[in-house]
Amino acid sequence: MTKINTRQSNEDGLMAEFEAVIGLETHIQLNTVTKIFCSCKADSWEDPPNMNICPVCAGLPGVLPVLNEAAVSKGARLAAAMHAEIRLISYFDRKNYFYPDLPKGFQISQFDQALGDGGYLDVPMPEGYVRRVNITKLHLEEDAGKTKYDGGRRYVDFNRCGVPLVEMVTEPDLRSADEAAQYLIRLRQLLRWLGVSEADMEKGHLRCDANVSIRPVGSSHLNTKTEIKNVNSIEAVRAAVNMEIERQCVLVQAGDRVESWTLDWDDDRQRLNKMRFKETEADYRYFREPDLPPLLLTEAWRDAVIQDLPELPLERRARFMADFQLPEYDADILTADRPISEYFESTLTAYDGDPKVVSNWIMNEVLRMQNDLGLSADALTLTPEHLAEVIKLVDAGTVNAATGKGLLIKVQESGKTPEAIVAAEGLAQVSDDSALWAVIADLMDVHSEEVANYRDGKESLFGWFMGQVMRQTRGQADPVKTRALLEQALKGE
Amino acid sequence: MALIDLPAIEIAKKIRQGDLSAMDVLDATLTRVAEVDGRPGTLDYDEITKDDETKVHAFITLTAERARQQAERVDAMIDAGEDTGPLAGVPITIKDLFCVKGVRTTAASRILSGFTAPYSATIVERLEDAGAVILGKVNLDEFAYGSSTESSAFGPTTRNPWDLERVPGGSSGGSAAAVASGQGCLSLGTDTGGSIRQPAAFCGVVGVKPTYGRVSRYGTIAFASSLDCPGPLARNVSDAALMLSVMAGPDPRDSTAAARPVPDYLEGIDRGVKGMRIGLSPDYMHIAFPDFATGEIITEDLAGEIRDAALRAADVLAAAGAEIVENIPLPNSVFGIPAYFVISRVEASSNLHRFDGVKYGYRSRSDYQGLHEMYRKTRAEGFGLEPKLRILMGMYMSAGQLNKQYYQRALGIRRMIRADFQAVFDPAGAYRLDALLTPTTPTPAFKMGDIFGDSTLMQYADQLTVSANHAGVPAISIPSGLSAQGLPMGVQLIGPDYAEATLFRVGYAYEQATAHDDWRRVKPQILGEAD
Repeated sequence: MTKINTRQSNEDGLMAEFEAVIGLETHIQLNTVTKIFCSCKADSWEDPPNMNICPVCAGLPGVLPVLNEAAVSKGARLAAAMHAEIRLISYFDRKNYFYPDLPKGFQISQFDQALGDGGYLDVPMPEGYVRRVNITKLHLEEDAGKTKYDGGRRYVDFNRCGVPLVEMVTEPDLRSADEAAQYLIRLRQLLRWLGVSEADMEKGHLRCDANVSIRPVGSSHLNTKTEIKNVNSIEAVRAAVNMEIERQCVLVQAGDRVESWTLDWDDDRQRLNKMRFKETEADYRYFREPDLPPLLLTEAWRDAVIQDLPELPLERRARFMADFQLPEYDADILTADRPISEYFESTLTAYDGDPKVVSNWIMNEVLRMQNDLGLSADALTLTPEHLAEVIKLVDAGTVNAATGKGLLIKVQESGKTPEAIVAAEGLAQVSDDSALWAVIADLMDVHSEEVANYRDGKESLFGWFMGQVMRQTRGQADPVKTRALLEQALKGE
Repeated sequence: MALIDLPAIEIAKKIRQGDLSAMDVLDATLTRVAEVDGRPGTLDYDEITKDDETKVHAFITLTAERARQQAERVDAMIDAGEDTGPLAGVPITIKDLFCVKGVRTTAASRILSGFTAPYSATIVERLEDAGAVILGKVNLDEFAYGSSTESSAFGPTTRNPWDLERVPGGSSGGSAAAVASGQGCLSLGTDTGGSIRQPAAFCGVVGVKPTYGRVSRYGTIAFASSLDCPGPLARNVSDAALMLSVMAGPDPRDSTAAARPVPDYLEGIDRGVKGMRIGLSPDYMHIAFPDFATGEIITEDLAGEIRDAALRAADVLAAAGAEIVENIPLPNSVFGIPAYFVISRVEASSNLHRFDGVKYGYRSRSDYQGLHEMYRKTRAEGFGLEPKLRILMGMYMSAGQLNKQYYQRALGIRRMIRADFQAVFDPAGAYRLDALLTPTTPTPAFKMGDIFGDSTLMQYADQLTVSANHAGVPAISIPSGLSAQGLPMGVQLIGPDYAEATLFRVGYAYEQATAHDDWRRVKPQILGEAD
């Protein structure tokens, strides 16, 4: 079976050159404390069903929505980070449809005049190029509840009703499953970076539907697309889109047409199922939500949102490469999340030396510690200042590298400064000549036979002597100094 | 005059002074209810008996026990020297479109059967906090869709206390009939196209449609959200002013409720109309409706006595010192009903989506296979004809391909109507009106069954009231005499945004100037028989 997800043709050349055309529709759950139109708790993870509901989000007769300002701020922050225009006047609309987990029978959403207008994300690909993904839609809306089937019965849970969402839809700008995955990776990074969403796909904070079509390379028209629903991890997106591209290529190669299906991704079996109900073009009868006034923002408010925007992860990544000459690999890891990137910069400031040295220490030691403890960088007891101090101690030869690494753990565990620990535990390197001479002289007395052998030409014994000195000094001997003194002693000088 | 026919202000005053107990007032009112109301509205009511034809049938749910507890509390507070609020012990009824905590709430529809509201509307809370004693929930057109109360799923249908063969108007028909027949001094209604003012005129009481946003809608079952205005029905202007003072104001649960302070509407109500400019418009002296065969707009003059009543009111106000300005142009009001047809039905069809049998209210008891059949059967059995018509029309007119042609166009007309009003009230404009004076309805109360069934013609009962809803401006209907047949007629005063105080002042002046008119001594038929 020929797998086509880039500009490749198969070996026998029968297959024309196709490219995939992919657009992603994402729903992003904003991490506000309360819901978008009432004061119920927004996050119901692991809460029993129908615990966090009130007349408003349960759609009782007579209730009215009141907009949560925090949802607007977070939505606007995301819009600004996506380079979208934030509309000073936007509107809420009703999207009318029947479903048991939609208690009002309509979803309050934004239709033609949404909070965000346009926007894009430049996604760097591992191969080295950058894919610009344009945004066609960025709006606020309320989430619906959940329906569960059990024993032939249908159960509804309204906890999720009214949880604030941003729906963000891309243009069909992505060209492979890997590109789609990269877009989601970068989007997830951005959402967490901005602090607007937990962006955990497994928990449904970030949901994705993928629209997929194929066309001959070089053409610019859009062919009939299929929509893949229920792809709830980045790996699932990659697998499902790849599978669908392949299916469409085989179909077209066989002279058949792609039909506009809605497909459901079965993650357990790793396969796509055609959804049983044919999705007709639903008419949602959108009209302005009369219960909410237009959402009016001032220019000052908008400017403040843009001003408050932190340096974005991809910008910071580029700056780390340009300003600190870090390799792309390092820059990527050091901008994986905001705490680690800030940790890096703070350490570098305190250390005031080679950025690559700091990068190595963080990538090797701090990240390991983070993973072991399950903490983010800003939650470590080991501060950037502590780390800088340890690196300086190693640089100065006060402790050797191995002791330095151990020190980091001791700082993390005790909360004491590295210097205090070094002093208290006598960890400073023995680089005092007289102390080392004493150890070496003693060694040569006890092991006179080995000394004779060495002097007879068995030079491989040198390492053994080094080891003995280290053992005697519990590893605190300065290795450079030890080597010099030992050579001197053994040569009988 | 019986105790309970006194104005609400008088009753509250006597109760607060300790001259009367809230319980005495309640008992007297419940006695009146027992005398005049007959059996309350129920679903699946049997044939109408001879006895039914002699009663008002304003109520759907009488909450006598709950009322007793409230009256007891008011009396206890008076005894303890505490302030009970300005409506101390005043018996009131609530249109059954408002949620009252712990009380069955029906919207006069089968689809809500079994629904008990778990919360109270903001304005219901405010009325109760002010000491009002709620007698119960009164009848209306199903979901307020109508102008005669005949479309209620609960019967026997409410009758007009002035002529029991006639409708009380609607949709707040139960409210107007209750107030007119002394079953409570006040009633809480809603007005979407005239649903407070028209029944008020038909039943000879005062009805107020406040400025859109003046009163919270939280807890009001929505008909057409951008037009709905809760408001008072009362037996006189001062009582209505007092009730609105209590109800009005910002509400953190309704973002369309205006964040502006509420004046005491009784303050300065008696300052008269000297120097006020009050307009008469030829555009409100006829009705226009389409010929359904040709689509042509037919214009007909109003009934002579309706027109004369309005002109007589103008004379009375002129005599009191107001300047009457004639020939006020409001050319777009003629499109008020067609635009209302579209906007109200589009919003209504969406507002009815939530009644699906899933969460509360009626669910089909017949067999169904799967979700969609449950929806279809529930809604087919639960909704009456009028909601069904409105769902069909509303869905049709907001459909993707027709939205521009109907809904967007209707919104455009609505803006034009509002612009008309803004122009005539503009203090720097050509007319500089304080208020506009019009008849409230094209005719007095019509006979039961005469128009019901013709959904379109019924809509034209709102011809003279609907434009105030489009424009969002306040309006009040006050009794202006009796027709040759002895039926109440009403005049309407319309003002600029938030000019309720002005309207009360004009209405009060008119009431004072006509206090000794002969027609004021005539009682409704039902009370004549009861006395």
